[in-house]
Amino acid sequence: MGYKFNFAETDSLFCNILEKYDVYAPKRFPKQGRYSDTDITRYSQIKSINEIEFNQKTDYSAKEVLTPVNETLFYFTENEFKESSAPKKPILLFARPCDINAIEIQSKIYEENGEFSDIYYSRIKNNLKFVLMDCNGGDDTCFCTSMGSNVTDNWSIAIKQLENDYLLSIKDPEFEPYFQNCEKVDFLPNFVEQNKVSLTIKEIPNKEVLNELKHHHFWSEYDKRCISCGACTICCPTCTCFTTKDIIYSENQKVGERKRIFASCQIEGFDTMAGQKEIRNKASERMRYKILHKFHDYKERFKTKHMCVGCGRCIHRCPEAISIISTIDKMNDAIDEIINKNIQE
Amino acid sequence: MTEQNKNHMIPTACKIISIIKETDIEWTFRVESNFKAKHGQFMQLSVPKIGEAPISISEIGDNYMDFTLRAVGKVTNDIFEKQVGDYLFLRGPYGNGWPSEELKGKHLVFITGGTGLAPVRSLLNEFYDNIDRVKSITLISGFKNKESILFKEELKKWKDKFKTFYTLDNDSIEGWNCGLVTNFVKEIDFNSFDNNYAVVVVGPPVMMKFTGLELKKYNVPDENIWMSFERKMSCAIGKCGHCRIDETYVCLDGPIFPYTKAKNLVD
Repeated sequence: MGYKFNFAETDSLFCNILEKYDVYAPKRFPKQGRYSDTDITRYSQIKSINEIEFNQKTDYSAKEVLTPVNETLFYFTENEFKESSAPKKPILLFARPCDINAIEIQSKIYEENGEFSDIYYSRIKNNLKFVLMDCNGGDDTCFCTSMGSNVTDNWSIAIKQLENDYLLSIKDPEFEPYFQNCEKVDFLPNFVEQNKVSLTIKEIPNKEVLNELKHHHFWSEYDKRCISCGACTICCPTCTCFTTKDIIYSENQKVGERKRIFASCQIEGFDTMAGQKEIRNKASERMRYKILHKFHDYKERFKTKHMCVGCGRCIHRCPEAISIISTIDKMNDAIDEIINKNIQE
Repeated sequence: MTEQNKNHMIPTACKIISIIKETDIEWTFRVESNFKAKHGQFMQLSVPKIGEAPISISEIGDNYMDFTLRAVGKVTNDIFEKQVGDYLFLRGPYGNGWPSEELKGKHLVFITGGTGLAPVRSLLNEFYDNIDRVKSITLISGFKNKESILFKEELKKWKDKFKTFYTLDNDSIEGWNCGLVTNFVKEIDFNSFDNNYAVVVVGPPVMMKFTGLELKKYNVPDENIWMSFERKMSCAIGKCGHCRIDETYVCLDGPIFPYTKAKNLVD
C-alpha cells in the first residue's frame, strides 16, 4: 500500500514529522561548488521536503549525519571530563540504497569491530530511520549493481518524486498515521537493475598473491597522478578513519575539548608515529592501501560483501581524474598476471 | 555502567608516583592505577590539551603501572615536563598481551632491541620471581650505545637467573658485547630445547625483520616465534583505522603476533 500527495500538501504533512524527528536529506547549495558558478549538493538538516535535491547524487555522502567531519567527544576541565551530548531528537535520513548500504558497512566497523561499540556512533545510529529515495540509476560513475548495494530493505518510508506529486510507501507502522488522509495508491520502491558501467572484482586467492599484488608495478602510475589530497576518502560513504585532536579555549586555557576529525589514509602522515619514518610514504602505496581495503581487506575481516558500494563519488571528486573503475580493471589484470605466473613456475 | 555502554574514549586521571631517568631521553613514569592489565598490553596515555598516544606497559604492580617513554612527540614531550604528584590520563588496557600461559613450562628466548625491552620487562620480572614456571630463560638485549641502556638495575639482577647476552650496537664497555642482537642468535643451542621453546622478539621494525630471518636460519618454527608491533593509533578500540594492516587491526588482534601471522603483515 502506498500514498500520493502533491507538492502543496507536503509542508503540512511533514510539519508533524518534524516535531518528533530531525530530518536530514540531500540539499543543493547554489554557487558553493569548488569551481566558479557551480553548486554543491550535500546532506543537511531540512525543514521542508521541498528543500530536498531528488535528482542528483550528493557530492558528499550521508555519513556526515552520523559522523560529522569534526565531532566533540568530551569536554575537560583540569582532571574531569564530560561526554558531549547526543542529538536530542531521533533522526530521519533520506538516502538512496547505496548510502543506506554504506551506513551498514560503517556500522560493522563502529559497532562490531572489537569488543566495544563506538558510543558516539551508536547513540545516533540507534535513533535513526531511513527514508529510501528512489534512484534512477545514477550517472556514468555509478556501479552499485556490481557491488550488490543497489537494493536494501532497511527503510521505514520509501519516496519517489514525480512531476507534481510524491509517491510514498510506508513499511514502518509508526509513520502510517501521518499520511492516512492522503490519496491511496499502489506504490512499492523499485531498485536499479543496471548501471551504465559494470565491474567485476577478481578474488585474491591467498596471502602470497596479496603480498605480490602489493608490490606490482601498476601501482607506481599513481606516484605520478595522485596528489595525496584525500578528497576521495572524505567523500567516500564507507571511509571511517579519524584522528583525535585536543583544543583549548582561548579565554581559559585549563578548559577544552577532545574532538575527532576525519583522517585520510591518502594524506601524508596517516601512519607516522612520533620520532619514526612514515610507513607508506608514496602516493602509490597509499592508493594501494585504500583500494585493497575497499576490495579485499574489509571483506576478509567481516566475511561479508566488499566495502565499496559503487557510488562513484571518488571519481567525481578526484582533481586528477583518477577513476576507481579503471584502477580495479588494472588490479584485475595484475591479479591474473600473478596467478598465471605462479601456475607456470 | 555496563562495559558495553561505557565511554571507552574518556580517560582517568592517575597520579605520578615516581619518575626514573633511565637515560637522558627515556624516563620511566610510575603512576597510581587499579587497571587490571596483562603483560604486553598497552594503554592510551594522554595529556588533555595536547593529545593521546598508545604506550606499552613496562611494569604492573598491585596499585601502579610503569610506562617507559622517550620524548619524541607532542604528547611525550609534554609528559617530560611533569613532576611527581602531577597527573597522567589513562584508558585501557588494550591489546592481547603476551600468551603467558603458552609460554609457561618452556625454554624461553627473549631478543630485544632498545626500548623493545620495555614491553617484556614485566613478564621477565614475573618469570624472575617464579623461575620454576619456565625451563630456562635466555635474554639477548641490545642497545645503541652506553647512553641508551635502560633498566640497568634489572639487567644486572636478571643475570642471576637468566642466560644473558647484553650488547651495544656501536660502543664497547666492560661487561658488554659489541654488535647487533642478530649476531647472538648463533649462541643459542636450539636443539637442546627439545622443541619445547618459544622466542620473543621486540624492537624496531628492521631489527624484528632481520631477527626473524636469522631465526629461520636455525630452523626455528614460525609458530615458536612471537613479535610485538607498534603502530599509530587514535582509538585503540578498532574504529580509527590507523593501525590496520590488511584485515588485521594491531590494536585488537595484536600488538603481539605469532610469526606465522607477523611475517605476512605487509603495511
